[in-house]
Amino acid sequence: MAEENWKPKIIAIICNWCSYAGADLAGGARIQYPPDVRAIRVMCTGRVDPLFILKAFQDGADGVLVSGCHFGDCHYLEGNYKCAKRMFLLKSVLKNLGIDDKRLRMTFVSASEGAKWGTVMTDVIKTVKDLGPSPIKEFAK
Amino acid sequence: MAEVNKKEEQPRIGVFVCHCGTNIAGSVNIQDVMDYAKTLPNVAVSDEYQYMCSTPGQGKIADAIKEHNLTGIVVAACSPRLHEPTFRNATKAGGLNPFRFEMANIREQNSWVHMHQPEEATEKAKDAVRIAVAKASKLEDLYPKSVPVEKTAMVVGGGVGGMQAALDLADAGIKTYLVEKTPTIGGRMSQLDKTFPTLDCSQCILTPKMVDVFRNENIELLTYTEVEEVAGYIGNFDVTLRKKARGVITPDEAEAKGIVGGGCTGCGDCVAVCPVIKPNPFELGMAPRKAIYVYHPQVVPLIYTVDFDSCVKCGLCVEACGDKKAIDLEMEDELMTVKVGTVVLATGYEIFPIEKKFEWGYKNFDNVITSLEFERLICASGPTGGKLIRPSDGDKPKKVAFVLCAGSRDTTGIGKPYCSRFCCMYSLKHAHQIIEKMPGAIPYIFYMDIRSFGKMYEEFYYRIQDEGAKFIRGRVANITEDPETKNLYVHAEDTLLGRPVDLEVDMVVLAAAIQPTAETEKTRRLFGVSCSQDGWLLEAHPKLNPCGTTTAGVYLAGVCQGPKDIPDTVAQAEGAASAASIPIHKGEVELEPYFAQCIEEKCAGCGLCVPQCPYSALALVEKDGRTVMQVTEAKCKGCGTCGGFCPGGAIWMQHFATPQIVAQIDAFLLGGEQ
Repeated sequence: MAEENWKPKIIAIICNWCSYAGADLAGGARIQYPPDVRAIRVMCTGRVDPLFILKAFQDGADGVLVSGCHFGDCHYLEGNYKCAKRMFLLKSVLKNLGIDDKRLRMTFVSASEGAKWGTVMTDVIKTVKDLGPSPIKEFAK
Repeated sequence: MAEVNKKEEQPRIGVFVCHCGTNIAGSVNIQDVMDYAKTLPNVAVSDEYQYMCSTPGQGKIADAIKEHNLTGIVVAACSPRLHEPTFRNATKAGGLNPFRFEMANIREQNSWVHMHQPEEATEKAKDAVRIAVAKASKLEDLYPKSVPVEKTAMVVGGGVGGMQAALDLADAGIKTYLVEKTPTIGGRMSQLDKTFPTLDCSQCILTPKMVDVFRNENIELLTYTEVEEVAGYIGNFDVTLRKKARGVITPDEAEAKGIVGGGCTGCGDCVAVCPVIKPNPFELGMAPRKAIYVYHPQVVPLIYTVDFDSCVKCGLCVEACGDKKAIDLEMEDELMTVKVGTVVLATGYEIFPIEKKFEWGYKNFDNVITSLEFERLICASGPTGGKLIRPSDGDKPKKVAFVLCAGSRDTTGIGKPYCSRFCCMYSLKHAHQIIEKMPGAIPYIFYMDIRSFGKMYEEFYYRIQDEGAKFIRGRVANITEDPETKNLYVHAEDTLLGRPVDLEVDMVVLAAAIQPTAETEKTRRLFGVSCSQDGWLLEAHPKLNPCGTTTAGVYLAGVCQGPKDIPDTVAQAEGAASAASIPIHKGEVELEPYFAQCIEEKCAGCGLCVPQCPYSALALVEKDGRTVMQVTEAKCKGCGTCGGFCPGGAIWMQHFATPQIVAQIDAFLLGGEQ
């Protein structure tokens, strides 16, 4: 387990139309959640190249969240399906690399689910905290 | 080529941190963030201001660009979904390409969600600035593409909202397709008897509008038609419509077929001979209709429709129709595609299935009805000719209980958590109608709160109080029935007197909640419009863009966006029509230049990206003796799905290019640029 004051580094790559808007809505509603996630906005989760995620882990990320629209709700019709397919594959790659696949998470949060975004944040951070620092971190230095 | 455009110059970034009053400054230490920004690579200047979006704030950006010869701008403030366009304009005003701007969201996703953790919030803001500076350092000049806008519009839904939107668009000189799924326009409003608080007869104010729609030269009315498929984008939507087989042809269609003086005239001779009897959905099943039918005599267009689900194809109607030859029992659905520039959705609502709240006994007890059924029963053109009767025995009720918030403001998970917004007012109107039409009868209104928020609404409430309606503040716990008399016992708590109420009444009217129509879900997905948790269509911004959606060129009117009464629906419809006419009158729209580009030196021509594109924007072409991918920019919407997939990294996704995103990742995790 991690030492007391260890703060996980978690990166979230989120789509402009659903999850980013949902995260904004959480703000508007002043839903409070822990501050350990940093977000990068893309137009669609379809844009998420698996290499981005591998790069993040290589750089020492403790967790990566990819969040998009619900299935059937993608602003670009099917980008989220295509992303999800890649994420499934990537999870098995991570396992083979010795990275717990729970460190990579894909969620679906719509533009109206501010409260859900708060729950996702809390949950992702807890999951990563329970797992402790990424084993890659040592090698990244 | 994007790569070639990239300047070799050393980036010089200006960082501006916004206080947003105390919205950000309340939990983020602005000075700290500003000082930190100065230490970052490529940052030439950093500054702060109370409100960056204000004129002086924007002025700071423009001045700094000139003074420090900046190549990129970062503003740490609210969400880019709110003010990215604002700051892009400020960047442009300073003489820089507007796409050399990047926003760090330190309000919605920071200060507002970490209000009691100032230290962590400040750290997070610094990270956000660092990430944004990394991206800004790699941004390039981009130029929006202008596309021409088709000078036609479409309105989906022919209720009062859709009709108003279509009329306004048509009057603005725009050819408008009005698509309605049922055989007539008019919508819910045509089912109502009177409207509050003026007590206008609903049909009397609606039917002239229906006729106006029918007569308007710029409106092509497509009833009994549904949207099947949508392709394209603002200015150039290709909408495929399914014209359901109606079994009857109009006089125009008959003329086109060479049948002189033929086509349906609405005479109704066919109805008399039709042997099939079915419930009429317009009368909520309280009156019969034949397999060939009109909902009511005032339908527009006045053309009969064959219900092929129940028609036995006996052919009697064809005989009765005679030389008009209007009926074709072999008719099939027809698909047609129209090109439109903008679209207004006005898909309306339906009544929540209130039988799910079994404690009130709807569908179980004969004399429990919904408010919409009440409207039909009290309406002079309704199934009883306007006589309110008990369904169990046809007697006139003496005591009628109204249950407000029936399924609305219900957090049990069975009903709807929202207020349906017009039930209070129409129930007051119903109480008035009972008092007026049936001397001696008493309405009892069980309410949680009376929400009479509109113009002259509160005055109407006082009036009904004075007329003698009884008000009991308390939600009805349950209703039981006397099996002999079919009278009902309403059990509730009078929360003002603090004691239980058990009231025997002859009839109960449930002011049932409303919900989006069943087809709304399908329609919104076709047009790529989001919905709120309750299924109502999501506006682009709840305050500042209530008619727009996140899909450019698609607008919302009426209850499909959320419960509202007739005046609000009409007002929003006029707003939506106005918004939908702007791109058409402008003649062209600018598309955000987030296009994919092929980096031809890297492209191996494998073609794996081609099927990834949901818009068929990619194709393989022969160029200089080898195969490479080519993007059709007009089709590309900038999702980047191809870029996320290309195994060779040969796709340059403008504004979200791989080096830009990787720089963001590195900046966060490695604490600076690599």
